[in-house]
Amino acid sequence: MTATEHPADVPRDGPELDGPELDRILSETWGDKPGLIGWLTTVDHKRVGKRYIFTAIGFLLLGGILALIMRLQLARPDSGLITADRYNQIFTMHGSTMMFLFAVPVMEAFGVYLVPLMVGTRAISFPRLNAFSYWLYLCGGIMLWVAFLRDVGPDIGWFAYTPLSGPEFSPGKRADFWAQLITFTEVAALAVAVEIVATILKQRAPGMRLDRIPLFVWGMLVTAFMVIFSMPAVTLASSFLLSDRLVGTQFYNATEGGSALLWQHLFWFFGHPEVYIIFLPGLGFVSAIVETFCKRPVFAYPIMVAALVTTGLLAFGLWVHHMFATGLPRLGYAFYTAASMSIALPSGVQIFCWIATMWDSRPRMEVPMWWVVGFIITFVIGGLTGVMVASVPLDLELHDTYFIVAHFHYTLIGGAVFPLLGAITYWFPKITGRMMGDRLGKVAFGFVFAGFHLTFMPMHFTGLLGMPRRVYTYPAGMGWSALNLTSTIGAFVMALGVVLFLANLVRSLGNGAIAGDNPWGAASLEWATTSPPRPYNFAHIPAVTSHTPLWEESLPVFSGLRVEHRELVLTTVVEALPDVRDPSPTPSIWPLLAALATTGLFIWSIFSPWALVWGAIPVGIALTLWFWPKSSPDTHQEPVIE
Amino acid sequence: MSMRQTFAGDLAVLPTHAFGTRSLTWWGVIAYMLIEGGGFALAAGAYFFLMSQETVWPPSSHPPDLLPGVLFTLIILLSEIPNTLLKKAAESEQRRRVLLLIVLLDLFGLALLVIRGFEFAHINVRWSDNAYGSIVWALLLLHTIHILTDWAESVVLTALMFTRHGTEPRRFVDVSEDALYWRFVWITWLPIFALLYLAPRFV
Repeated sequence: MTATEHPADVPRDGPELDGPELDRILSETWGDKPGLIGWLTTVDHKRVGKRYIFTAIGFLLLGGILALIMRLQLARPDSGLITADRYNQIFTMHGSTMMFLFAVPVMEAFGVYLVPLMVGTRAISFPRLNAFSYWLYLCGGIMLWVAFLRDVGPDIGWFAYTPLSGPEFSPGKRADFWAQLITFTEVAALAVAVEIVATILKQRAPGMRLDRIPLFVWGMLVTAFMVIFSMPAVTLASSFLLSDRLVGTQFYNATEGGSALLWQHLFWFFGHPEVYIIFLPGLGFVSAIVETFCKRPVFAYPIMVAALVTTGLLAFGLWVHHMFATGLPRLGYAFYTAASMSIALPSGVQIFCWIATMWDSRPRMEVPMWWVVGFIITFVIGGLTGVMVASVPLDLELHDTYFIVAHFHYTLIGGAVFPLLGAITYWFPKITGRMMGDRLGKVAFGFVFAGFHLTFMPMHFTGLLGMPRRVYTYPAGMGWSALNLTSTIGAFVMALGVVLFLANLVRSLGNGAIAGDNPWGAASLEWATTSPPRPYNFAHIPAVTSHTPLWEESLPVFSGLRVEHRELVLTTVVEALPDVRDPSPTPSIWPLLAALATTGLFIWSIFSPWALVWGAIPVGIALTLWFWPKSSPDTHQEPVIE
Repeated sequence: MSMRQTFAGDLAVLPTHAFGTRSLTWWGVIAYMLIEGGGFALAAGAYFFLMSQETVWPPSSHPPDLLPGVLFTLIILLSEIPNTLLKKAAESEQRRRVLLLIVLLDLFGLALLVIRGFEFAHINVRWSDNAYGSIVWALLLLHTIHILTDWAESVVLTALMFTRHGTEPRRFVDVSEDALYWRFVWITWLPIFALLYLAPRFV
């Protein structure tokens, strides 16, 4: 069929409606109201995504400041800089902030911003849920930090083991704020996961079959499924903890038939996949960057996808390796050791595929590529120490020492934060329309990379020498002093690198070179539109014919979506054949109000179980008004040609 | 954007609503079921884990009385008959049938909530007595939250169907997916019923 066959019933994009006129109408349809109202009611995935990224980086800085305070305290033996009690709060806040308020949200935030652009659609699925999720996340973070600043910050470690976190050993409300932070962030994360799954499965541009999905998007799809399967575990665990503390249930009380190990099983059933939830999007960043700067598709695409999926599956089979020290049946030891070692295989496969991609090409060593190099070196070291501690005898020796601290910072910072900083540099021009400074970018990389290794490499040895985690000070003469001082110096070098990175970012916002649509010559669809993208993302929906669509001769497009209403196209799951035209929700204040009502419910329920009854009423009202259709029904009045 | 585009095809011919896997919200509902189903499965896992800590199950109390639980189970199974009819009526877009059946299902939900009250009264253990009591209360409460939220959502949808918005074809998609979710609610009840009422008697 051609674009002219349908009657001129309602305005649609196409050859007759194109260019500035189309832009004007679509901008009006998809844009927000100006000013504060628009800011509070927006459901644009790009605005919400930017907000998410900005907030998560804010929490990264807060968590980083806590890390520096800890390093100052540990720089010399018998330091009296901070008290033991405050130190307990600080390391708990550092871990909780980094895991729940920075790492997972920032990865999902990049998904929120990029996935709809990369799959070639006008909006994320369930955009109001997306806005709701952001507000809830923000409120949860504020709650935790206000509690901390008022000296009721949690002091039980980021994994809050019972019985320490239970009513007997943690009176007061500190542990409750931690448990409720979990509820906030998990509800937010689950909402985003659902949106990402639905967007990827149903809103891909026509022709983007499963085997043409960009690897970053595959990474986000696997990640979103992992969130869906793992986060209920920690939500359940923390709800049990809250009820033990508030209404006297006995889930974790050994004297009444409960079990502290129940906590550990539930927590790590979430906690281990959590690591890969942070790390798989990082792998996606690396694939995108390697492909662009080597100017060729990543080697062995099907194997890369299989490796991502395998990692996602295996991640659920090794949570018990966090519990080797609790005493397990021998079979358990053998099984979880084997499972823990086997997950190194899909990660190794991907490393080799990236190296194979670079091998025969001439990689352009721009700043994002440097972060990839930093990632490969650092992550391989972290992976190798991971294989080491998968072995039970060694794990029993190293458990709860600084060796573990070194190991997981190598995997998390090396595996996720380095790719993230590369990703920020790489997509900054798309998000802002300007390039980040090259020289300062390389200098910042150098400081962060050197500072990182100076901080964490010595911790392997501090750990081997027996220094336990989570001690607020240590006596002189243990042989740990010089190593600790080195780590502290390294931490400040790394912090300087982060400051330089941010300075570059801020400076580039105003002064960076104008980027244009596709400054790196990349292949995926987000580069097919303007930088920054218009509110409607694409003037016409692209038609995809390969998994590197922008490296093809041309990018054909589809016509025929309505332009005076928010409309997008749903496609079939496997083949991505065009299937349904679907309306997309308009801006609304109700997601914000629903999030505020939910916040009220969550915080109130720290203090009274009746919050679940009375607090649910405003939430119910807000949700009802959110979903109640506002405009007159009109889709059935349209003369649809079926 | 100013450069000449080639048009590969026209999307105007596509329909503006569809049922089942072709609907976007269907995928949202399925994802929600995965999340909630995962929660139920883990709570059931916790039940078995706590059971393995004890030599006698239930420790020092009687199992919940059978009558309210059995009655609840029979009625929720029975509700699938109008539920299937409702789903079919929605998918063939018969508004009058949908209105009749959705009201009937709201009444089923109300009856189930009342019986659920009796279940709580005949559970024969307090949540604070021991870990058995805690997990039994948790499972029953978790399922009750699903009955309650689905019922509230259905009532709102019922109200919506009686307004002018109810004539919009997309509302039938909502009704169909609401009926799908109700299936999830009663199917997840069956293993929970077995844990609460049968396991303490026969294991």
